[in-house]
Amino acid sequence: METDALITNESEELDAIINKYPGEKRYIMAIMHDLSRHFNYLPRPALEATARHAGVPFSQVYSMATFYKAFSLVPRGKVHFKVCDGTTCHIKGSQIIIDEIYSRLNIKPGETTADLQFSLETVNCIGACALAPALLANGKVHPRLNAAGVRQVIAEYGGPEYGKKE
Amino acid sequence: MGKKSKKKQVLVCCGTGCIANGGLDVYQAFKNNLGELFELASSDDIKATGCHGLCSSGPFVRILPDDITYCQVKASDVEEIIEKSIKNNELIKRLLYRDPQSKKRVQNLEKVAFNSMQLKKALRNVGLINPESLQDYLDRQGYQALRKALKMKPEAVVKEIIDAGLRGRGGGGFPTGLKWKACQATTSTPKYIVCNGDEGDPGAFMDESIMEGDPHTILEGMLICAYTVGASKGFIYVRDEYAGSVTALTKAISDARKNDFLGEDILGSGLNFDIEIVRGGGAFVCGEETALLASIEGNVGEPWDKYVFPTEKGLWGQPTVINNVETWSNVPLILLEGAKKFASTGTAGSKGTKVFSLVGKVVNTGLVEVPMGTSLRDIIFTIGGGVPGKRKFKAVQTGGPSGGCIPESLLDLKVDFDSLNEAGSMMGSGGMIVMDDRTCMVEVARYYLQFLAGESCGKCVPCREGIRSMLEILERICNGQGCLEDLDLLEDIGESVRTAALCALGRTAPNPVLSTIKYFRDEYLEHIVDHRCPAGVCKELSEFYIDAELCNGCGLCSRNCPVDAIQGEKKQPHVIDNSKCIKCGECINECQFLAVKVR
Repeated sequence: METDALITNESEELDAIINKYPGEKRYIMAIMHDLSRHFNYLPRPALEATARHAGVPFSQVYSMATFYKAFSLVPRGKVHFKVCDGTTCHIKGSQIIIDEIYSRLNIKPGETTADLQFSLETVNCIGACALAPALLANGKVHPRLNAAGVRQVIAEYGGPEYGKKE
Repeated sequence: MGKKSKKKQVLVCCGTGCIANGGLDVYQAFKNNLGELFELASSDDIKATGCHGLCSSGPFVRILPDDITYCQVKASDVEEIIEKSIKNNELIKRLLYRDPQSKKRVQNLEKVAFNSMQLKKALRNVGLINPESLQDYLDRQGYQALRKALKMKPEAVVKEIIDAGLRGRGGGGFPTGLKWKACQATTSTPKYIVCNGDEGDPGAFMDESIMEGDPHTILEGMLICAYTVGASKGFIYVRDEYAGSVTALTKAISDARKNDFLGEDILGSGLNFDIEIVRGGGAFVCGEETALLASIEGNVGEPWDKYVFPTEKGLWGQPTVINNVETWSNVPLILLEGAKKFASTGTAGSKGTKVFSLVGKVVNTGLVEVPMGTSLRDIIFTIGGGVPGKRKFKAVQTGGPSGGCIPESLLDLKVDFDSLNEAGSMMGSGGMIVMDDRTCMVEVARYYLQFLAGESCGKCVPCREGIRSMLEILERICNGQGCLEDLDLLEDIGESVRTAALCALGRTAPNPVLSTIKYFRDEYLEHIVDHRCPAGVCKELSEFYIDAELCNGCGLCSRNCPVDAIQGEKKQPHVIDNSKCIKCGECINECQFLAVKVR
């Protein structure tokens, strides 16, 4: 795991988030959700502070952060693509979305572009099966995508647009 | 007509599916325009409701009392709707639903085949009420069941649930009443009530639609149970991805507290009960009840062996009743209409209705609720409208990732907990994914195993290692490197995992493999012996070509080809250049004449 220091005002924000919850083990996940929303990932100092707050060993918090898919220990991009790879989206062509993002942005699921602009991951089902295959971009659902649609979405979020037929 | 002579209501579907299609914009447009144009524009008359069911044609706008439903409405249509249909009782034909069977435009969506076979019980309020309005819920007999239960003896309430024959809708199918009874019999306090809203099955969104469309019904179900077993605290465990559900439930809990439905001495009955929302972390195994309890306690979500059931030792070692969202939504109904009426629907072993999310290669995708015992054929072909285009039905997958694939020959199967188990699949939480001849069954099995390998918590060896070994074999077959012995090996490992795994996730994990081998052995053999994927999905094993006899040169395929691999003159048969083709299948999907084929 990478070590990274937080700058001062960030550590104040960190305290504010953590102190919203009582110092009990059962609030660890709620704290991590809030931290993850705020920082876009879980920085090590934040996890250490969470462990101290909840009165558990750091290893406990670390094991939860790595067990649950909602959390990332490395920074995510400003634009976070989640490709739905639930069954319906899968049989309707989620792989085409993944391939197209790879060919445009050179990132695979779990990766982030070098400029921290885009990151990509797959999720199991976003409950929009009637709109398959679907892509979530920063929480917004883009329904019924094909390769050309993916190019449009990437362009919409300021990515390189190499599309030949637009 | 006079402005106030007939009070109109506008229901705009703002379920997840419709929001993705712009439902919120439509709702906002009504809010903005109706205020000036029409005096009825109090927030009660324009409702943002939960899911209307037929997600593939959303967003929906339903106008009451005329009962006009418009589909695929855009914000730009709203002014016209107000002018014509709200002020002047005129129909706008082009926005009406076009019934795919009769090809006619229909005013009242309740009458189309998609809805007419359905029986909305668990979903009785979803799509009709504003989920953020307690008053809307109260207007539809909300909290009446709780009032009724509070006047009964706890034993009598349990008896009612047992007599109704309600079985757990989360997949296990355990009799709910017996669970409550076991917990009631324990003396240790405090006791807990848990709602399992960690709907992790890919392809399933029934629970989401109830949580975001009718949250109070879940609270009411939990309250009735709390009174019955003597619990003081409840938890609703919701997937963090379900933002709409978290919002709706949070609002519902806060309103219930303000109105004496949660808190101390509820409705003067002496019952103390409160509910807290816990957001899940995105781990499929947490749908397993013991893993879910571990997760609420602030641990990693690993299941424990149920030598002792959670009803005796659950959350923090205390007696706990845990039921799924849909189960909870059935509870108030049983109290309201009585066990006898409830049990009059369904089959001998499975009473009531079941909500399915009907998705995949089917014309009408969305949420359907049907009586237990409805045949797969009726669900897929009458309600669902069959497979789109000229494609052929191949299989339907039920029960989530650890369910099984059911072939065409079993389409007349009457769906209930037991019949699906016998067919080698399971009810699960109610996902129903239709597959056509463009779906490769070997690849589907591989997909599910890959999913399960990622979600296996790793605690027990059979699940952790068994799933991985099966996955390796399936990957080999999909890449064209399979051998005939692989099939025996898959069956062997599958049986071992089924017998030896610790929790339900592991024990059911071999289902997708075993059921596809059982019903689609030929397709495995084609992969292994002929090195061919008939569906054209496994890239190593498929090569596309255009049948010159069928191709009329419309050019749709070449326009959609992302790599320019298809050439041809207008109105002349086209040709695929296989050196360029990346086998994405776009051409097959686009071709209206089935001219693109797999060699």
